[in-house]
Amino acid sequence: MPIDTATAATASADPADTAPLARVNPARRRRRSRKVGSYLLLTVAAIVILFPIYISVVDSLLKSDQLGRQPPPFFPFHPQWGNYSVAWTQGHLSAYLKNSAIMTATIVAAQLVTSILAAYAFAFLRFPFRRTLFLVCLATLMIPFEVTFITNLTTVTSLGWFNTYQGLALPFLATGFGIFLLRQAFLQIPRDLKEAARLDGYGHWRFMARVAVPLARPSVAALTVFAFLAAWNQYLWPLVVTGPRGTSPPLDTVQIGLKELIGTQANNVNVALAGAIIALLPLVVLLLIFQKQLVRSLTAGAVK
Amino acid sequence: MTTLAHRPSSASPRRVRRLKEIGLGYLLVLPALAIFAVFTFYPFVHNFKLAFYQTPPVPGLPAHYVGLHQVTQVLSSSSFLESLSTTFIFVALIVPISLIAGLALAVVAHRKLRGMSVYRMIFSSTVVSSVAVAAVVFGTLMNPIVGLLPWLGINPTPPLLENTTWALPSVALMTIWQFLGLSFIIMSAGLQSVPEEVLEAARIDGATAWTRFWRVTVPMLSPTIFFGVVVGTIFAFQSFGQIDILIGAQNAAYRHVDVLIYNIVNTLTQDNNPGAAAVMSIALFLITLVLTLLQLRFLERRVQYAD
Repeated sequence: MPIDTATAATASADPADTAPLARVNPARRRRRSRKVGSYLLLTVAAIVILFPIYISVVDSLLKSDQLGRQPPPFFPFHPQWGNYSVAWTQGHLSAYLKNSAIMTATIVAAQLVTSILAAYAFAFLRFPFRRTLFLVCLATLMIPFEVTFITNLTTVTSLGWFNTYQGLALPFLATGFGIFLLRQAFLQIPRDLKEAARLDGYGHWRFMARVAVPLARPSVAALTVFAFLAAWNQYLWPLVVTGPRGTSPPLDTVQIGLKELIGTQANNVNVALAGAIIALLPLVVLLLIFQKQLVRSLTAGAVK
Repeated sequence: MTTLAHRPSSASPRRVRRLKEIGLGYLLVLPALAIFAVFTFYPFVHNFKLAFYQTPPVPGLPAHYVGLHQVTQVLSSSSFLESLSTTFIFVALIVPISLIAGLALAVVAHRKLRGMSVYRMIFSSTVVSSVAVAAVVFGTLMNPIVGLLPWLGINPTPPLLENTTWALPSVALMTIWQFLGLSFIIMSAGLQSVPEEVLEAARIDGATAWTRFWRVTVPMLSPTIFFGVVVGTIFAFQSFGQIDILIGAQNAAYRHVDVLIYNIVNTLTQDNNPGAAAVMSIALFLITLVLTLLQLRFLERRVQYAD
């Protein structure tokens, strides 16, 4: 099938290819076969990469007694959508998703606000120790969270916020990466524009909201997507900072919920996989819509 | 008198504006810096204090100061040293394979062909998978009953993920898959910055595709490859979730998969020993620091090139 599309593509792309075979010169034929070879390679690679997810989707739609059959089914001929509702209700996926959504929304919103404010100050305002404070922000990038979580757990617990949304979000309300990214974007804005805005009576707040942030939109979008991905996929912190507390049940995020799910549904792998697919879905949507912004944020350090 | 009265009033608007600017500057950076102070710098410094205090084995008793005793004790313990070597093996399994695979994908996807954006999206796709999702997916694939291994005729006893030899490579395989997306994205971005003219010139000089790749593309890509090595190493070093989900502390093979962060978390939450956990996390910090500094040096070089 992909080979068909490949030849179709070459045919429509290059009208000379539709000429009688006798007139097709060898170089062109070689080029065409190279093209077919490329598509073949690309397709094989794509299949290998997507295979684990494909087989998980298939398994998530099988009946429990179909699992472990030899040979394994490679297509769900009688899709059992019920597995998804079992994961949703008995597997508490709905509650986990709600926790993840609240935590992620809080973190993304807060990171945007704190990063925009700090980056604006570093880019447009002059004040003593500006450079030093910016370096302090950058220094946070060198301290991985795995190093600080020990004491953070004590801090959050002593605030009485173990197993709360505050506890889940608090350590991540600011990010050195975001400040760095947005400062870069703000520095691209011509100084004349700032001066013109000032003469028009724009104060700093109005300039920030009406000019600076809109002009830095690509970077703001990149930061938003990156923050969403990082927050949604977090594992270590939600694992240690949630758990039963008093009468309240553990405030598991969807990632921790998946760990619970494979424990409680050890005999129903199809249900656990349905849960995994549900947890993955928001990110697939994110990738489909915001691929450009995502790539931009991930390569922010690699390519200028 | 008049001059004295006038001076402040003529100078003050500018001075007031200047003071306002300074005040606003501090106000704007305050929220971020407050979070950093409480949740990054304080816990970082506090690790050193924890490292000098030993938690008694009986809960409830206060920790007492032991100076460097605990630091040397933990750093020379077999638990820490084994974790460290496990982590290094883990990194060595993941980084080269995922970077070479990412580069190969990037090269194949570099040609301008119809439908390439779909392939590029597929190749980048694993970057959005969380560690928990990847672990559940691969845990099922490697499951001795419902997985695909029996069908392939691979059926080691004990099963793959409880096998002292195969547990670590299996977890590494999952991590390679998860890192492949980012590896592809990094390599693609690097490839796009290799100027077409240079490759074209080599082509005109009669260099084959193979020679062009090794003699032009790879050397011009070396900063990107270096960046990829650092990012990949940090990524692999910070692995935790996949061990927690796929292996777990009850597993027979767990000693062989006890990477540094897994050890730190267990030392803190299972053994209730924050002191020892802090010592190991300082070691983790120092290793990451070296890697990050290498990365920064690379960034500086890049910036100089661009200028």
